[in-house]
Amino acid sequence: MSAPEHLHALESEAIHIMREVAAELERPVLMFSGGKDSIVLLRLAEKAFRPGPFPFPVLHVDTGHNFPEVLEYRDRRVQELGEKLIVAKVQDTIDAGRAHDEWDPRKPGSSRNRLQTITLLDALEEHRFDAAFGGARRDEERARAKERVFSFRDELGQWDPRAQRPELWNLYNGRIRRGEHVRVFPISNWTELDVWRYIEREELELPSIYFAHPREVFQHDGMLLAVSEHVDPGRAERETASVRYRTVGDMTITGAVRSDAADIPTVVAEIAATRVTERGETRADDRTSEAAMEDRKRMGYF
Amino acid sequence: MPGTRQLMRLATAGSVDDGKSTLIGRLLLDAKLLLEDTLDAMHRAGTNGTPDLAAITDGLRAEREQGITIDVAYRYFTTPNRSFIIADTPGHERYTRNMVTGASTAHLAVILIDARNGIIEQSRRHTAISSLLGIRHLVAAVNKMDLVDWDEGRFREIESEFGSLAERLGVEDAHAIPISALKGDNVVERGDAAWYDGPPLLEHLEQVDVASDRGAGPLRLPVQWVIRPEDGGRGERRYAGQMAGGTLRPGDEVVVLPGGSHTTVTAIEQLDEQLESAAPPDSIAVQIADDLDVGRGDLIARVEDAPAGGRELETTLCWLATAPLRPGDRFTLKHTTRTVRATVDSIEALLDVATLERVDPPAELQLNDIARVVLRTSADLYADPYDQNRTTGAFILIDDHTNDTVAAGLVREVRPGEAHSHRSPDVTWHESGLERKERWARLGTHGATFWLTGLPASGKSTIAARLERRLVEAGRPAYLLDGDNVRHGLSGDLGFSPGDRRENIRRVAHVARLMADSGAVAIVSLVSPSARDRALARELHEAARVPFIEVYVDTPVEVCAQRDPKGLYARARAGEVRDFTGISAPYDAPENPEILVHGAEEDVDAAAARLLEELEKHGPERGSPAFD
Repeated sequence: MSAPEHLHALESEAIHIMREVAAELERPVLMFSGGKDSIVLLRLAEKAFRPGPFPFPVLHVDTGHNFPEVLEYRDRRVQELGEKLIVAKVQDTIDAGRAHDEWDPRKPGSSRNRLQTITLLDALEEHRFDAAFGGARRDEERARAKERVFSFRDELGQWDPRAQRPELWNLYNGRIRRGEHVRVFPISNWTELDVWRYIEREELELPSIYFAHPREVFQHDGMLLAVSEHVDPGRAERETASVRYRTVGDMTITGAVRSDAADIPTVVAEIAATRVTERGETRADDRTSEAAMEDRKRMGYF
Repeated sequence: MPGTRQLMRLATAGSVDDGKSTLIGRLLLDAKLLLEDTLDAMHRAGTNGTPDLAAITDGLRAEREQGITIDVAYRYFTTPNRSFIIADTPGHERYTRNMVTGASTAHLAVILIDARNGIIEQSRRHTAISSLLGIRHLVAAVNKMDLVDWDEGRFREIESEFGSLAERLGVEDAHAIPISALKGDNVVERGDAAWYDGPPLLEHLEQVDVASDRGAGPLRLPVQWVIRPEDGGRGERRYAGQMAGGTLRPGDEVVVLPGGSHTTVTAIEQLDEQLESAAPPDSIAVQIADDLDVGRGDLIARVEDAPAGGRELETTLCWLATAPLRPGDRFTLKHTTRTVRATVDSIEALLDVATLERVDPPAELQLNDIARVVLRTSADLYADPYDQNRTTGAFILIDDHTNDTVAAGLVREVRPGEAHSHRSPDVTWHESGLERKERWARLGTHGATFWLTGLPASGKSTIAARLERRLVEAGRPAYLLDGDNVRHGLSGDLGFSPGDRRENIRRVAHVARLMADSGAVAIVSLVSPSARDRALARELHEAARVPFIEVYVDTPVEVCAQRDPKGLYARARAGEVRDFTGISAPYDAPENPEILVHGAEEDVDAAAARLLEELEKHGPERGSPAFD
């Protein structure tokens, strides 16, 4: 008998986690951003539950600043799967007076990133979801290295790093009190490269922005931001470059990387050779401070 | 070849003083696995141009402030041959629970030893916990060799002591490697000491054979989830789960526990793929030849090497909570995908965490204690000794008030145990100070239990429901305990084996008795085929002097089969449902029921009226024994 190949072992673990949540929690939901990690989650859900239906709907928190290519992908993919999609809009949260918009198109780097948290918690409460699958990985950031697979949040959606349960073997404890919920990260143990190799192995389709394409961009704070209706570069120099995205967030804060990699094998080769972490390169929101991620997680950020 | 890269999970144990974080930083740095921005952070945290290697691993702010690692942190790195998951666990005794957590899934443990101090109490504890948790490969990383001038004698001394320690604990594969994490000797690159001819740490980690026994041992597949294709879907139900032992192939004859039914696995699949075989850690779905009542918590095994079931567990328990554990405490126990209730029977011995030798048992267990503990469970568990299977031999205990995971458990032995002796001698009935006579008199009611037994579809539930309605309309508290309904919650963890049926009846009988004691009329509608089990329910009531009225709904099996509202008789006759009472499982007709109803002839209202009449015979006016 040969040893389990590592992607296979990671896949089996993730499927096991998703089935545990479906069996032990009452109203799970799968958080879908249109990003590669949540696309992998959808594939894993197929492996866990087909030929039956998914025992949960799919939830997207829409900031209004998404890449149009991603929204198109989202609608098409969920329809293909025949599953239910719920869209929670940050704009609705703002309109309802539950949050003040922090985004200003003339201030590159400003975003609705923090506001998403409020919209997300409202959506969880409205639908009484008690478990939310997310595509976060522990390799993304130092503060995530200690995040559990089952990450418990109190009624305010807050994470207390000292009050997390030990996770022994593959025995997950999903017990919660009314009003609490648990964020579940089935691909906690995957690295960025694992995700790409899995996409390659499973021949998963991705939104087109993951591959090299010409785009009008400008430099801001060491990142290449796209010129769009949401971001006005002002006097910054614009250029049209061949770029792709490593992560998918809002257009306002997601940086592109210069690349000619137009298909999965060349992207995988580039990632394997890369010298900068995914978040360090392309997410302005994480670079604010050393403890940025930890602070946002305490507040309920996904 | 990237496609065949193996996954290795390793645990590192040691304290900040031993240089553990520095070692991990060095491993990642020298293996060129750190990316530029991480390196930047490391350099920023360092002084005088020397990177702070530990900065990479100390994640949470509280830890950076205190300079210690307080929780299990997971790190990832990949070499051409292997992908590694490091569970980085803190060293201090206060954090034994974290060490246990990190070790629970590890193939290999790296134990940090400071060459100046040699093997200390803490090193013994880390080695012992690793061996206890089933890690079969140990590496002693003898660090700070530069501070002892690479003294070979010093290293050999530690190596030999570590070797005998591992041997005493039964770990066959134990190596010691002299390193300097700070300078980088023998971590990734070979060091200067010519006398050391073994591999550097990373090379050793890449060579250890961690998965040669995949698929060996008895078949174990805990059922995790039942896949029910939607109408118009592709046919049959699938039973999904993650392989926990052995190898499964289509065509294999298996037994489903605890039910005990035999069947054949007809297909193994994952999404659209049909698999030729499955072994741990595959997550799969299987189809079986027979229409059995299989659900979450069941175990698929082979007949010849199925585990023995039982309710008495001899365990090694690692206590993870700050509140103490005492005999008589009750918990929820999660074992594979099965959840049962468990009571602490006794603490047999405390284990010395450094030697695993037994010490006299304490009255209670404190945080981080490891002890031999006997547990009793509410239903049969099908477990293996932990040293034979790290999945089916492991369990956790959950506190029902805090919902916390409070113990990690390793099964040593499963014994049948007594099904009805879970009660600790320390538990006594708590009198509320209100006597039944007064309670019933003031409420103007009198309690009793009706127990309706008979074949499936004999008409029990219809009569029971009519009786309930008549009573409630007359202002009497009454409640129907229907067999199907209790299996959703109260007995949701039970199947249909004789043992589980008995447990179901025991639970329903207790609930009925409590309800009747409160003054309500409990109406139980249960097939309850076994005369012995019904006798048990009756005894329970008589002992508490609560009226017990057995009603036998006697309907010929042909009539039942004709009614057959759920289509079960048809399927049982076709052999699709096993252990079906009246067709393929026996029904013991009651010899002396209080009431006999001829279900094929008697009108429902007439039957309900006769039951009401009978109830009045047990009322307070008639000098019921309950009022003596």
